[in-house]
Amino acid sequence: ERHRAKRRDGDREKKKRRKGRRRRASRAGEREDEKRAKNYQESEGRERDEEEQAQIKTGKTAKTKKNIKNEKTRKVEQEEGEAEERNAKGKKKHGSAKKEEKDEDGGKCLRPESLSPEELEKLKEAVDERKKLIQGLRGKPWSMKKKLVTLRESQEFVEKYEGALGKGKGRKLYAYKVMMAKKWMKFQRDFENFKTACIPWEMKIKEIESHFGSSVASYFIFLRWMYGINMILFGLTFGLVMVPEALMGRPYGSIPRKTVPRAEEASAMDFAVLWDFGGYAQYSVLFYGYYNNQRAIGWLKFRMPLSYFLVGVGTVAYSYMVVIRTMARNANESGVGDDNSFNFSWKTFTSWDYLIGNPETADNKFASITTSFKEAILEEQESRKDDNIHLTRFLRVLANFLVLCCLAGSGYLIYFVVRRSQKFALDGLDTHTWWERNEVNMVMSLLGMFCPMLFDVISALENYHPRVALQWQLGRIFALFLGNLYTFIIALMDEINLKREEEKIVKFNITTWEASLYNSTVSENSTGPPITIQPADVPRGPCWETMVGQEFVRLIISDTMTTYITLLIGDFLRAVLVRFLNYCWCWDLEAGFPSYSEFDVSGNVLGLIFNQGMIWMGAFYAPCLPALNVLRLHVSMYLQCWAVMCCNVPQERVFKASGSNNFYMAMLLVILFLSTLPAIYTIVTIPPSFDCGPFSGKKRMFDVIQETLESDFPAWFSKVFSSASNPGLVLPFILLMVLAIYYLQSTSKSYKEANVELKKKLQTSLLQLLMCPCQAKRGEQEEEQTSSAEGTDGPRGGQKSCITDCRATKEQQRVTTRPRR
Amino acid sequence: MGNKQTTFTDEQLEAYQDCTFFTRKEVLRLHGRYRELAPHLVPLDFTNNPDIKVPLTLIVTMPELKENPFRDRIVETFSEDGHGNLSFNDFVDMFSALCETSPRELKTIYAFKIYDFNRDNFICKEDLRKTLNKLTKGELTPEEVTLVCDKAVEEADLDGDSKLSFSDFENMISKAPDFLSNFHIRI
Repeated sequence: ERHRAKRRDGDREKKKRRKGRRRRASRAGEREDEKRAKNYQESEGRERDEEEQAQIKTGKTAKTKKNIKNEKTRKVEQEEGEAEERNAKGKKKHGSAKKEEKDEDGGKCLRPESLSPEELEKLKEAVDERKKLIQGLRGKPWSMKKKLVTLRESQEFVEKYEGALGKGKGRKLYAYKVMMAKKWMKFQRDFENFKTACIPWEMKIKEIESHFGSSVASYFIFLRWMYGINMILFGLTFGLVMVPEALMGRPYGSIPRKTVPRAEEASAMDFAVLWDFGGYAQYSVLFYGYYNNQRAIGWLKFRMPLSYFLVGVGTVAYSYMVVIRTMARNANESGVGDDNSFNFSWKTFTSWDYLIGNPETADNKFASITTSFKEAILEEQESRKDDNIHLTRFLRVLANFLVLCCLAGSGYLIYFVVRRSQKFALDGLDTHTWWERNEVNMVMSLLGMFCPMLFDVISALENYHPRVALQWQLGRIFALFLGNLYTFIIALMDEINLKREEEKIVKFNITTWEASLYNSTVSENSTGPPITIQPADVPRGPCWETMVGQEFVRLIISDTMTTYITLLIGDFLRAVLVRFLNYCWCWDLEAGFPSYSEFDVSGNVLGLIFNQGMIWMGAFYAPCLPALNVLRLHVSMYLQCWAVMCCNVPQERVFKASGSNNFYMAMLLVILFLSTLPAIYTIVTIPPSFDCGPFSGKKRMFDVIQETLESDFPAWFSKVFSSASNPGLVLPFILLMVLAIYYLQSTSKSYKEANVELKKKLQTSLLQLLMCPCQAKRGEQEEEQTSSAEGTDGPRGGQKSCITDCRATKEQQRVTTRPRR
Repeated sequence: MGNKQTTFTDEQLEAYQDCTFFTRKEVLRLHGRYRELAPHLVPLDFTNNPDIKVPLTLIVTMPELKENPFRDRIVETFSEDGHGNLSFNDFVDMFSALCETSPRELKTIYAFKIYDFNRDNFICKEDLRKTLNKLTKGELTPEEVTLVCDKAVEEADLDGDSKLSFSDFENMISKAPDFLSNFHIRI
């Protein structure tokens, strides 16, 4: 209502102004015309007084913030000065003394027609500054009382003069804009609250955080983030590939590629076969081979092959985008990346979590802070020791040599095993034991489990600082996994080539088979009905894409099983044994040899990263992989949360691999790149199988894009595209991008240098300030800084006298120079 | 408009929304929490800005502040008289400055004030010692405490006066990765 009242007043004032100046003008007019020159210095003095008082009183601070020394502002202050006399009347109606000055004042509003354009401009600036002040009031370090008073004053000022400046509806527009801005902020805040409420497992992670600290919790946060990504990938593959084919494509059994061959029908439902993803599992939407190459299916005319291709590309593109965006965000937050220069300061000032409200958690936090301090102190002391360089160097070289031998050995072992499994496949899978059938996967998983332990033992030779040792360990495990994966892929390539050879033979056989069928029917009756052959009887080509998909799925399943079994045996069984055998054992099992296990953060993170790499590799050939991964991550989350709380103890020495999360993100990016390479290679070079999958019949898989451009888009579109793929255009474009990258890199380098320079400047200027604190300019700057630093009006002791001295001299200078104008 | 609450006038609520990071509902909820601390002292009707202050001893019993080793300093920093007696304005101000949407600069200013135990606008070694003892509950030996204080001052002090001024503190905190997430009270 107050706003409305003010608006009414404003309107009334304008009308009065227009009608007759003399009605109200008596005192105001006289003042303005006669005393303009005389009150020059008086108002100056009043202004100055007010400026000084502003530091002490909670009053006209807002006004003094502006340095507008024009006639208008002085007039305003004059009028307010006299309006202060009329306090008594105002106090009853309104809440505070200062506010009613303005209300009474409204009658003496300045007439905009009497001002020149420059003054109008300055008034506009003043109003804008007030508006900005109101917007930024929340972030000011003042006491609430001061903020409330400033708010009221500024709002009144803005309303009074904004209406005077613009047309009548300007005020309404402003109010409308403010209301919309507020609504928008509220909406944003509600949305943020909703988003945070949607995040799963928040309480679980908080519990783990309070018991084990942030490094263990960071693994679970990473797991949750991966889960989010996989959900999106799952959504894409499920919604755009699997569901359309299942709903709108031809049903099971209608065409040869969708049916289990007659020979396999008997065993198609066996659990063993299904577990191996053969039988009915193989001939379903889970794998590449099921999809029909019909260009458009269903009443929606859904372009299945196009969708399959684009989803494959889209999953990779989305993953790149998300990883790079997260890396950029982490880089921004952590500032200069891995900065150790403020270790102790940060531990002192930022280690306590103000959110803790639970006494047990608080105790844990106190303990962990103490431990963290103790180990930082230890680190500090250890860094002052020196040791025998030559011996350590020799040992380190020896250790690296041993590690290389291990890596080579594991690579050869995998290759050997894959070749052996190919031999087994030729013999027929039924003649071999379970181990021989699953040899490849088991060997890979076991290598992944035991080699890191071996590396750990070898690294005892090296005698590095724990953080450096951890980085070496991670690097070696990374190399191990990568080597294994690529050996696996090379072996897979051999199999693909074999299958393609087989395909040629099958193609030849099919033509002869068809011919023989045709001949037999023609011999019976020349005008007979067309032959109906059961799809299950049609001879089938080997579908190398489905084979690849199956291999990846089997690998991931065995990897998962290995992880879970290691968890149960390595952590849970060990904890049970330690706990219960301790009563009847010679030495203290809990403190001594086995004891409870610690949660291996880096090993688990690496495992997660590589698992994701395998998903990215295989997702094109087995659309079911993201779904499987979502399930796996979901189960992992619960299982590992339980295992950590139940069987693990907090680490005694906590060393993170790096200060920021970007270390793991960088690894993820590398894996993403390396795992999409093989898929891209196969898409680009190898022709698709002739009788299975959505691209059957094409020469290359990406021909589907060409086909879509030609048939579905208007003619000019394909012309534009074909001219865009002209090397004459592409090469300059690539050149342009390279130049842009170079430019950005050089600007970022120059920013870093500028940063260092500014730091140095800061140090030298502070030193100078200490030498001579009464330099007027520097004194003012310092005053501004510290006055923003301390919002409350505490006593400032010695510094204040110095400042007022400086100000006094400055004031004198100003006053003496004034009359010259 | 059209609410039945009579605790605040609409104008007061608007003013609070402009001066803090809270919404209307949150301000009313805060008033409920404030009143809970001392129901006999705090009136239900705040429309004429009663001058009520809740003492420090009652405020630190709040569950959000109970376990915090710096609870006394926090409440003292936001009180007008410097002894920890908060009016409702101060109460709202305190939680607004420490809430999640509060900007880094504001939190830095108040963090400096909180850790400055003797209120001389510098964090000297004595202030650091007190901070450390509160953080570790006296578990560190005096030599270790001295070492940590020396190291911290050595790291952050730019102007060489062996105590931290606000600009030193700000420079050090601006690069800290955990500051924003840790220096945050949810109410």
